[in-house]
Amino acid sequence: MTAQLVFEQTLNGLQQGVMLFLMAAGLTLVFGIMHLINLAHGSLYMVGAYAAATVIAVTGNFALAVAGAVVAAGLTGMVVELLALRRLYGRDHLDQVLATFGVILFFNELVKILWGAQALFMAPPAWLAGSVPILPGAAPYPAYRLFIIAVGLVVALGLRQLIVGTRLGMLIRAGATHRDMVGALGVNIDRLFTLVFALGAALAGLAGAMAGPLLAIEVGMGETILILTFVVIIIGGIGSVRGALVGALLVGVVDTYGRAFLPLALRTLLPPAAADGLGASISGIAIYVLMAGVLIWRPRGLFQAYGG
Amino acid sequence: MTDAILEVQGLSKFFGAVAASDSLTFQVERGCCHALIGPNGAGKSTAIAQITGEVRPDGGSIRFNGREISRWPVHRRARAGLNRSYQITSIFPAFSALDTVALAVLARQPHAFRFWRDARRDERLRRSARSFLDRVGLGDRADVRAGDLAHGEQRQLEVAMVLATNPQLVLLDEPMAGMGRAETQQMLDILRPLKGSLSLLLVEHDMDVVFALADVVTVLVKGRVIASGTPSSIRADADVRRAYLGDGA
Amino acid sequence: MRRRSVVLAAGLALLLAVPPLAAIAGEPFAVTLASRVLIYALAAASLDFIVGYGGMVSFGHAAFLGLGAYTVGIVASHAFDGTAVPLLPFAWHGTDSALIQWPLAMLISALFALVIGALSLRTAGVYFIMITLAFAQMLYHLFLTLPTYGGQDGLNLWRRSEIPGLDLADDVSFYYLTLALLIISLLILKRLVHSRFGMVLRAGKQNEPRLQALGIPTVRYKLLAFVIAGAFGGLAGALTVNHTEFVGPGLLHWTRSGELLVIVILGGLGSLYGSVVGAAVLLILEEVIAGWTEHWMIVLGPFLVLVVLFARRGLYGWLAGREAEGD
Ligand SMILES: Nc1ncnc2c1ncn2[C@@H]1O[C@H](COP(=O)(O)OP(=O)(O)OP(=O)(O)O)[C@@H](O)[C@H]1O
Ligand SMILES: [Mg+2]
Repeated sequence: MTAQLVFEQTLNGLQQGVMLFLMAAGLTLVFGIMHLINLAHGSLYMVGAYAAATVIAVTGNFALAVAGAVVAAGLTGMVVELLALRRLYGRDHLDQVLATFGVILFFNELVKILWGAQALFMAPPAWLAGSVPILPGAAPYPAYRLFIIAVGLVVALGLRQLIVGTRLGMLIRAGATHRDMVGALGVNIDRLFTLVFALGAALAGLAGAMAGPLLAIEVGMGETILILTFVVIIIGGIGSVRGALVGALLVGVVDTYGRAFLPLALRTLLPPAAADGLGASISGIAIYVLMAGVLIWRPRGLFQAYGG
Repeated sequence: MTDAILEVQGLSKFFGAVAASDSLTFQVERGCCHALIGPNGAGKSTAIAQITGEVRPDGGSIRFNGREISRWPVHRRARAGLNRSYQITSIFPAFSALDTVALAVLARQPHAFRFWRDARRDERLRRSARSFLDRVGLGDRADVRAGDLAHGEQRQLEVAMVLATNPQLVLLDEPMAGMGRAETQQMLDILRPLKGSLSLLLVEHDMDVVFALADVVTVLVKGRVIASGTPSSIRADADVRRAYLGDGA
Repeated sequence: MRRRSVVLAAGLALLLAVPPLAAIAGEPFAVTLASRVLIYALAAASLDFIVGYGGMVSFGHAAFLGLGAYTVGIVASHAFDGTAVPLLPFAWHGTDSALIQWPLAMLISALFALVIGALSLRTAGVYFIMITLAFAQMLYHLFLTLPTYGGQDGLNLWRRSEIPGLDLADDVSFYYLTLALLIISLLILKRLVHSRFGMVLRAGKQNEPRLQALGIPTVRYKLLAFVIAGAFGGLAGALTVNHTEFVGPGLLHWTRSGELLVIVILGGLGSLYGSVVGAAVLLILEEVIAGWTEHWMIVLGPFLVLVVLFARRGLYGWLAGREAEGD
C-alpha cells in the first residue's frame, strides 16, 4: 500500500462524497424546512440520469445533457410537489414515507416503460475523457472525476452563498426555525416550499447527470443512492447543509477506503480469493458501522440543525 | 436550618441570546406551597422543565431531598417523587380518563413488564385509578376518552395523573390556564388540601389564586429572581409592583 | 362489538375453507397464494405491533423476515451437505427439524432487533425511519455479497422443515400450519397490546414525553416491543423460506419493507387483524393486475398515494366499523 494509492483512493472518496452531498443537500433542506421525509428523492436522481443520457444521445453535447437533467428533475420535482407532496407537509412521517414510496414505484415503472429495462450507458464528454497527472510519480487521475469534485465544491459554495447571503436563504433559515413567523411576515409560504423542493430536485438531477458516465443508468439506481444519502444525513444531522457536506465526504471516503484497503488487509490473514470475497462484503458495511458509531456518540448527528 | 425539599442553585439556561434562567436560585420548603410568578416569558416554564429534566440546564445545581439530581433522566426524577402538570394540557387523548390515571398508577410500580393479564380488567389498578378520579371530581367521566373531555376536565385529569404517581413535590405550571371562574374555584378546592402532605411549586398568573394558596412567592423577571418572600411582603414590594403587578393587579 | 365478531368469524371461516374450495374449483395454486397471504399477514402484524401501537415507524422490517428465512436456509443447507455451521464454539451440522429451526429463526431475528433497536431508539421520528432502513440495507448488502451462502443467487431449501406428525411438503398441511401459527401469533400480540406492557406502549405512541414525566423509562418498553416484533418477523421468514423453498437477498430488499408497511396501512394501522385483510388485498390485487399488465407498479404507486391521502382508516376499520389507530 503506497502513498499514491492512498492519494488516489482519497480522491475517489471525495468524488463519491461530493455526489452524495448533491443528494443530501436537497433532502436535508426539504426536511429541515418542510419537515417532509421524501423517499422519492432518489427517483429525481434517476430522472436526471435518464434525461442526461437521452439528451446526450440526441445532441451529443454534455453541457446540454447536464442542463436538461437539472431542468427535467427540477420540473418533475415541482409537479410531484404540487400534485401530491404538498398535501403531506402537516402529516405524520408514516404518511409521508408511504406516499413517497408510492411515488418511487410509479417512477421506476414509468422509466421502465419509457426507456425499457435495459441499462443505459453514457460516455463522459471528450474534453474530460482523459486522465491528468496531479502528483509527480503518481498515476494520472481521470479528469472526469476531478470535474465532479470541482462541480460539487462549486455547488457547496453556491449553496452556502444562497443560504447566508440571499433573501431566499434568509427565508429558508427562518423557515427552519420559525415556520409560523415566515407565514406571518406575509411571505407566500406555498411558493417558498415549492421553490425549495424544486431546488432540491434540481440538485438531485445534477447528481444523476454527473453519475451518468460512471454508472449503469438503470431502474433502482435512485434507491441505492437514497439509502446512502440517508446514512449521510444520519451522520451529518438532519436539516444541516454543513452536516450534509461533512457527512457526505466522510461516508464517501470511508466507503472507498473500506473497499480498497479492507480486502488488502484481509489478504495478510486469508488466502487471496477468500480475502477478496469476504473483503467485499465486509467493506460494504463500513459506512453502517460508522453510522452506528455516530449514533452512539451523537444520536442526532454531528451538526444537528433541526431542534426539538 | 430549614427543611428544603428542593434547592435550585445558580441555574442558568440560554436560548441563543435569551436568558430563560439567569443564575436562578430559590428553594421550596417541605410541605409548603411556593409560587413562582413573573411576566410572560420570564422563564417560569423553563425553570420547571429544568427541574423535571425535560430541559437540560447550561449550568447550576438542582437538589431534591438533598440529592443532586440535575444529571438524572426525567423518569428517574419522577420516580424519586418529583412530578408535574403542564401549562399546555398534555394527556393521552386516545385513552379513557380511567386508563389515563391507571397509567399513572402503573408508573409508580417498579415496572410495567407484565404481558399477559388484561390491564382493563386489572381491578387493583382500576380501583386505585378511580379513587384519584373521584378526588378531582371526574368520577362520573371515567369512561370518556381523555381527548373528548372539556378543557377544564382535562386540567383536572392532569392533576389526577400527577397525584396518582404518589409525588412528594408537585410542580404545577399554570393549572388554572384557560379556566373560567367556577372551574378555577373547583381547582382551588382540589389543590388546597394537598398542602402539608405534599410540597407544591406553583406557577400561576392569577394573583387571587397565588395569594389564596402560596406560603412563599418568588418573582421572576428575565430569568432572574427579583424578589422573594411572603405573599403580603411581595404585594408590598415596590420593585415587584413596577416590574410585574404594575398595572394595579 | 357484534359487527366485529361477525367479521372476524366470517374471516376465519373463509380462511379455513380455502383449501377445500380451491380443490373444488380445481385451482390448487390458490392454496399457495393463500399461504403467501398468511405469511405476509404475520410479518405485517408484527410490524403493526410496533408502528400501530408503539408509534415506531420501522422501514426495515424485511430484515427480520430475511434473517429468519436465511437462518432456516443456512441451518438446512448444513444439514443437507453434512458440513458444520461456522462460527460456533461447537460442531453442529444443522438440522431439518422445524422445532429447532423456527425458534432459532425467531431468536436470531430478535437478537438483530435488539442491536438495531438499541441503536435506533437513541433517536426517534424521522431518524428512526432512516436508521432502520439503513441497517436493513446493510443486511441486504451483506447477504448479497457474502459468497458462502449463495450470494445474489440465494439458497435453495432442498427439504421443507420437518415437524413430527405433519407432512409440510403437502401444500394443504403447510397452509393449515401457517394459519394456526398466524392465529396464535395474532392472539399473543393482541394480548400483549392490552396488557400493562401494551398500555405503556400505546401511551408512548400518543405522548412519549408525558409518559417519561410520569416516571416510565419509555425506551426499554419500545426496545422490547421492537425485539418482539423482530421475533415474529423471523417466524414469518422461517415460513417464507419453507413456502418458496428458496431464500435470496431479494427477501431483504427495502421494497419488501415498504410492502409490509403498505399492508399495515391498507389493513388499518393498529388493528393487527387488519394485516390479514391488507395482505390479502395487496397480494391478490398484484396477482390480478399482473395478469393484465407487467407494469402493475404504475397502478400501485398512485393507488398508494391516494390511500395515504384519503383512506387512513384502513380496510379493517371499514369492515369492522372500528376506530383506526390503536385504542
Ligand atoms: N425551546 C425554546 N427555544 C427557544 N426559546 C425558548 C424555548 N423555550 C422557551 N424559550 C424562551 O425562553 C423564555 C422563557 O420562556 P418560558 O416559557 O419559560 O416563560 P414563562 O415564564 O413560562 O412564560 P409564560 O408566562 O408565557 O408561560 C422566553 O423568551 C421563550 O421565548
Ligand atoms: Mg410558561
